[in-house]
Amino acid sequence: MSKELIDAIVNMKEKEAVDLVKKMMDKGEDPMTILGACKDAMDSVGKRFEKGEFFLPELILAGEMVRQISEILKPKLTGELKTKRLGKVIIGTVKGDIHDIGKDVVVFMLDVNGFEVLDLGIDVPPQKFVEAVKDFQPAVVGLSGFLTLAFDAMKETVEAIAKAGLRDRIKIMIGGGQIDDEVRKYAGADAYGSDAMEAVSLTKRWIGGK
Amino acid sequence: MGKTGEELYNERTKRVRDAIALKVPDRVPIWFQDASFFPAKYTGMTFREAMYDSDKLFAAYKKTFLDFEPDLYFNPGHALHTPGEALDAVRCKQVILPGQGIPVNHSFQFVEAEYMKADEYDEFINDPTGFTICKYLPRVYETLKPLQNIPPITGLLLGYFGMPLSAGFAIPEIASALGSFYKAGLIVQKHQAKAVAFVKEMGDLGFPLACGAITLAPFDLIGDTLRGLRGVLLDMYRCPDKLLAAIDKVTPLMSGLALAQAKATGNPGVFIPLHKGSDGFMSLEQFEKFYWPSLKKLILTLIDEGLTPCPFFEGDHTQRLEYLADLPKGKILGFFDSTDIYKAKKIIGKTMCMSGFMPLSLLQTGTPEKVKAYAKELIDVVGKDGGYIMGPKSAMDEANPELVKVWFNFTKEYGVYR
Repeated sequence: MSKELIDAIVNMKEKEAVDLVKKMMDKGEDPMTILGACKDAMDSVGKRFEKGEFFLPELILAGEMVRQISEILKPKLTGELKTKRLGKVIIGTVKGDIHDIGKDVVVFMLDVNGFEVLDLGIDVPPQKFVEAVKDFQPAVVGLSGFLTLAFDAMKETVEAIAKAGLRDRIKIMIGGGQIDDEVRKYAGADAYGSDAMEAVSLTKRWIGGK
Repeated sequence: MGKTGEELYNERTKRVRDAIALKVPDRVPIWFQDASFFPAKYTGMTFREAMYDSDKLFAAYKKTFLDFEPDLYFNPGHALHTPGEALDAVRCKQVILPGQGIPVNHSFQFVEAEYMKADEYDEFINDPTGFTICKYLPRVYETLKPLQNIPPITGLLLGYFGMPLSAGFAIPEIASALGSFYKAGLIVQKHQAKAVAFVKEMGDLGFPLACGAITLAPFDLIGDTLRGLRGVLLDMYRCPDKLLAAIDKVTPLMSGLALAQAKATGNPGVFIPLHKGSDGFMSLEQFEKFYWPSLKKLILTLIDEGLTPCPFFEGDHTQRLEYLADLPKGKILGFFDSTDIYKAKKIIGKTMCMSGFMPLSLLQTGTPEKVKAYAKELIDVVGKDGGYIMGPKSAMDEANPELVKVWFNFTKEYGVYR
């Protein structure tokens, strides 16, 4: 039934997927198997997004299905799904900017591509990035920003990381609305990406991947 | 002797009209498009002041126009929406203002939320007005929360038998809610009077106004202000028929809104900022089903009424260009952001005049050489044989005035059609 569940999720059949999970639980299926199927389905959704077959509605609905399924499984779950992680990435929207759509897509794509992602949220001050780099020890930091005010906020964030002596340990990528190579130079980042797929390929190049 | 304001006005108006009609003007027109907070930055006031002091705001715009001499402009009353004081009077939750949770020199930012729940489509479709009063306003404006208990307006259809309902309006909470709306209205009214005087003064000084109205694509109305992005995208799968019915319902409302404003301002330009239909947001198939038909209908209605739709194609619309090529020729001024300039010229160059494309990164962090080089490319490619107005990709809040000067001077010099 795992195969059916994967198909239901990938084909965006929300009710079918949730009903299937309930049925599987009634039959005594191991919740970990169901979680594994969800993970496989999300990988497949991510691949279709990369190919330009899926867009935001599918990412959001797939996430919503897995959230509902996790709620059903929760009481019966004994452990966490152990997956091999390729490396750590921190993502956040820089100080003063509260936009999250682009950032969320990048987080989703990095996650389904096997990276361990710490999402710091929106309006993240430079110091919070610095603390997170110290604690979480990522290899890559991604700064997101939609408004032009993000140019300076990105520059300040890169400078704060450098000032804390952490710049050499990490690669920094930037992206969002008006971000391009000019802003990369201005902010002192290592690269910019124009979409979530570029964020994934940059991260893979830096960390190494599948 | 310099030219008079009237001569300048006529010269610029002709230049812009020629560009929109896809004729070759004397040179490529240039403007700030949405100058947004640039005049505030240029004249040294905070973004917060720009939103709270209409006099200072209009003075800043005037100085900026006189110094840079754009061929066309956007009314700052539009660009900056509503004075901060009016939004405060009703405690608007839908926007964060400079100095309120974000620094005084940051632009205001929109806060999306589910102001209409997924199960309220029928209620909205059956009675948009009632929904607006009893559900929407109470959720968006804190002081208007008591309006959720307003007496049923249709009760007044009983004629004078309905009059007892008026007591409901005198309940202290409702009276105070309506009072806060009245207070906001007075502030907006004062601001609008200043805006009208500003438009008149700018006209006398030789600067034509681009748009007298603003409206939204029907899909965006549902997505931006009612359901939020997440909500509207889930609805595409969960209740597509209801979403489409709501879009149908608001389409004439969106054109009617534009017509009423255009009539009031006497200016035919209708600004339509597009938000959720660009490449990357949804597939072409979804665009064709949910986004494009109602937007096309809106644009065609406005053109039929003699207006000039000015859609802002925010983000990248390269994959959507073939749809745009279908629209009537020489009747639209499209603002463009990250769409591919070569494909845009090739596919819709003979359909609509294009404005924009100038990277804000260059105007903010570039060098004079880079600014000139890119402006040259835009004039050579998009400006070839007319149909282009030089402008920035998006709101140019943080641009560097020196680079903007270089950009304006270069365009006025190199952009001459010989």
